[in-house]
Amino acid sequence: MEKTAKKTSSPYAGRIAARGHFRTLRLDTPFQPRIDALMKRNDWYSWGGYRAPNSLWDEELEYFAIRSQAALFDISPMVKYRIEGPDAEVFLNRVTLRDVAKLKPGRVHYTAWCDDEGYVLDDGTLFRLAADRFRLCCQERHLPWLLDSAIGFDVSVVEETEAVAGLALQGPTSFAILRDAGFAGVENLRVFDLSDFPHENGAVTISRTGFTGDLGYELFVPSTLALSLWDRLMEAGQSRGIRAIGYTALNRARLEAGLIVANADFSTAEHALRADRVRMPDEIGLGFMVDLAKGHFNGRRAIEAARTGKTLRHILVGLEIEGNIPADHAIVYHRKTREVGLVSAAGWSPLAKRNIAIASLARPYGDTVVDDLWVEIYAMRELKYEKMMKRAKVVPRPFIKLDRRTANPPADF
Amino acid sequence: MTSSEHSRTTRWDGPAQDVVVIGGGHNGLVCATLLARSGRKVLLLEAASEVGGAARTEEFATGFRVSSIAHVVNRLHPDVVKTLELEKHGLDLTQAEPMPSLSLSAKDGPLTLTGAYGEGLIGASASEQAAWSVLRAQLFRYAGILKPFLSRRPPDLHGMSLAEKLALGQSALALKKLGKEDMRDFLRVILMNVADLLDEQLTDNRLKGLVAFDAVLGSHLGPRSPTSLLGIYYRLAGEIAGVPGAQMAPRGGMGEIVAAMTASAEKAGVIVRKDAPVGKIRVENGRAVGVVLENAEEIDVATVVSAVDPSTTFLDLIGTRELDTGFVRRVKNIRNQGDAAKLHLALDRPPQFLGVDSGGHRGRLVIAPSTDHVERAFNPSKYGEFSQEPVLEVTLPSLADPSLAPDGACVLSAVVQYAPYRLREGWEHGKPKFFKAIMSLLEKYAPGIGKSVRHVQFMTPADIEQRYRISGGHWHHGELQADQMLMSRPVFGAEGYATPIDGLYLCGAGSHPGGGVSGAPGLLAARRIMAMER
Repeated sequence: MEKTAKKTSSPYAGRIAARGHFRTLRLDTPFQPRIDALMKRNDWYSWGGYRAPNSLWDEELEYFAIRSQAALFDISPMVKYRIEGPDAEVFLNRVTLRDVAKLKPGRVHYTAWCDDEGYVLDDGTLFRLAADRFRLCCQERHLPWLLDSAIGFDVSVVEETEAVAGLALQGPTSFAILRDAGFAGVENLRVFDLSDFPHENGAVTISRTGFTGDLGYELFVPSTLALSLWDRLMEAGQSRGIRAIGYTALNRARLEAGLIVANADFSTAEHALRADRVRMPDEIGLGFMVDLAKGHFNGRRAIEAARTGKTLRHILVGLEIEGNIPADHAIVYHRKTREVGLVSAAGWSPLAKRNIAIASLARPYGDTVVDDLWVEIYAMRELKYEKMMKRAKVVPRPFIKLDRRTANPPADF
Repeated sequence: MTSSEHSRTTRWDGPAQDVVVIGGGHNGLVCATLLARSGRKVLLLEAASEVGGAARTEEFATGFRVSSIAHVVNRLHPDVVKTLELEKHGLDLTQAEPMPSLSLSAKDGPLTLTGAYGEGLIGASASEQAAWSVLRAQLFRYAGILKPFLSRRPPDLHGMSLAEKLALGQSALALKKLGKEDMRDFLRVILMNVADLLDEQLTDNRLKGLVAFDAVLGSHLGPRSPTSLLGIYYRLAGEIAGVPGAQMAPRGGMGEIVAAMTASAEKAGVIVRKDAPVGKIRVENGRAVGVVLENAEEIDVATVVSAVDPSTTFLDLIGTRELDTGFVRRVKNIRNQGDAAKLHLALDRPPQFLGVDSGGHRGRLVIAPSTDHVERAFNPSKYGEFSQEPVLEVTLPSLADPSLAPDGACVLSAVVQYAPYRLREGWEHGKPKFFKAIMSLLEKYAPGIGKSVRHVQFMTPADIEQRYRISGGHWHHGELQADQMLMSRPVFGAEGYATPIDGLYLCGAGSHPGGGVSGAPGLLAARRIMAMER
């Protein structure tokens, strides 16, 4: 394998070498030894090629760890890029939808980026580590797109998915755990703030961000410091109910928070094989990111044209569905007859005490026509589908709002 | 822009302009003239001290003048001649003597194609003459089908007007009118390589070598490369003074055509500014609003038209931050690396090519004795090496126009293939070696020529790039091959002369229908601009 790589003198050899992740069919994250030790169910899934837990011991209790204690979730498989250089800000302004000039050093924002046609390539979080240094975190790999976008800019883009390990610590006791673990000054972090803290012989970047709608933090360290960070948190969290969790629990929390997942709630432009599956920001609830007051950015002309020409065809909405049966991937109807969309994520919300869902509808349904919507739920009951037509109501997202998420200083539970 | 940069800027103090045309090559001149005729105030900015781009007449040694890059005209568009009234402005397309094409062969002596691309064939067997006359008629018939496409905007995939649909329909009709047999054969050969087609119908290596050479002239193709036949259709779709396939070297060199165009432009009210290189096209809110010269002078206009090659226009003058990434990718992928060099020799006396009579010396002398010869010359260029035994097209313009050289002396102008833009060993090392290879080849065909050389000007694509500001040094501003033709020229998103930047248009050889001294891209761009910017 290596021999062939050496022989090829492709101008893209550097890029290919920087993306060797696919050569290992199922990668382990830097936290794997700890997760393996806690794994009772052997319930794994593939997260971007990484072995990641669906659930470690009990998905109900893992979910409640997020809402009542503190949950530790390995986010190392999240794709990460370091973007650095004098033109880093203008580069990111050209690539992403929001105005990066408004993102101050030490801050994080949620953003998205599009292709020339204005279709969303991915969404993710952008960390401004310094005036000219950023970290972009997302679901899919984008190195070729970012490097080609960097033509004409004084900026470097480095793939650091493997080199940087990440942990999400989410839940009411997360702040107290970090404080007890000795991260002095962590109480000063407001929502979307980030700061560096010493760890071992290096540093950990802690941001007050997360994917749960709860009080929580995300921590990034060089992979070599991963295990010691895990141990430090686990030890400090012992008396505050810290638990390692899998994706099933997190997915329920993110649904309650009304957050969307790329290639679950919408198809990213480079993954969609069918021409009508791609989505503009306005079609997946990300229209608020589109900043027409800033200069040019990828897809701007197409997005403006779609808005002026009123050619936007879809809309993403939150639904509240009667009853308590999850409506996963149910078809949405208008007046029980006309098919108008599909539910992409659904479940009973223990916190909101409501049956909730995220759905993509064909406009005008969900946009100007919001009454008389129904979902058809097929529930398999001992080899027979129970078919139910349930009334659905368009409701705002998030489905839950927790004061502790934004409280300053963060509460000591 | 920082404040220090701002303090250096000055403003154009001439009358307010509607349009700036960047680049005073022949396409820039044509486009500027037509726009001025439509009542717009047009300022044409030329970076060099002379207009004409690669179609100038330049003095390369004291008393020796030569057509800079292009040295034969075979496709000046009739609408350009007519609309710009070039004949009224001093261009006489009928003045030049008929220019034959000669295929030289050290073994068999020359073969001469007389009239418009071989109406007569001298030096071939009777059966070959008959075969050629059939093939020639077929080539012209098929080129005639494609010809209308070269005279209008490429088909618009976003939706066509009725007029455009009708025009396309007419081409379909023309195809139908060929008859069943001919139509099938047209469709069979259209993307074929020229070598196989020639082998089907001809036997004379000299004739095959010449046609093969003409098919690949100015492109990175060998005669056995797929689609190489398209080159000959492109060539035969051209016409001079109403005669398809004709060729000429204008008296006074290519600069005479440009002089007539310049006179026409000035008559139309175009302000021509020389020594005015543009550094940036200014864009505000996705719209071109003016240009900034390299000396920081700013000129505001509503419409900017670039005759500069597409790569330079988008990557340098506009800059990537105003463009979408996918579009930049396409622009970066334009194949625009030239593979032809230009040689100018100032000679003490006219050279004597073996077996060529005095009339022949005034023709186009092609050294491409067989298809294999052209293909072998091409092979090294695929690997970044120049041809050890190149193929070339020689003209001796001072024989017909003695004003181009001192008394008794002679100018030789030659296009030489293949000379890859990115020579692996680097042109600083390769150039002297390549020159030596060319001279030893010339010596074989015109013994004694080496001793008569007084001065040499030799330009590789790298030199052409620098001297004429053409990225890649390609005279078509990008390969003229199937993947870069029609709506794919120069790239999707800028194919109809309009670009992703409002108010910015292209009008150079990088746009449909491509290069050669035709004026067609300038003509079609001007029509498009007039339709879009009312």
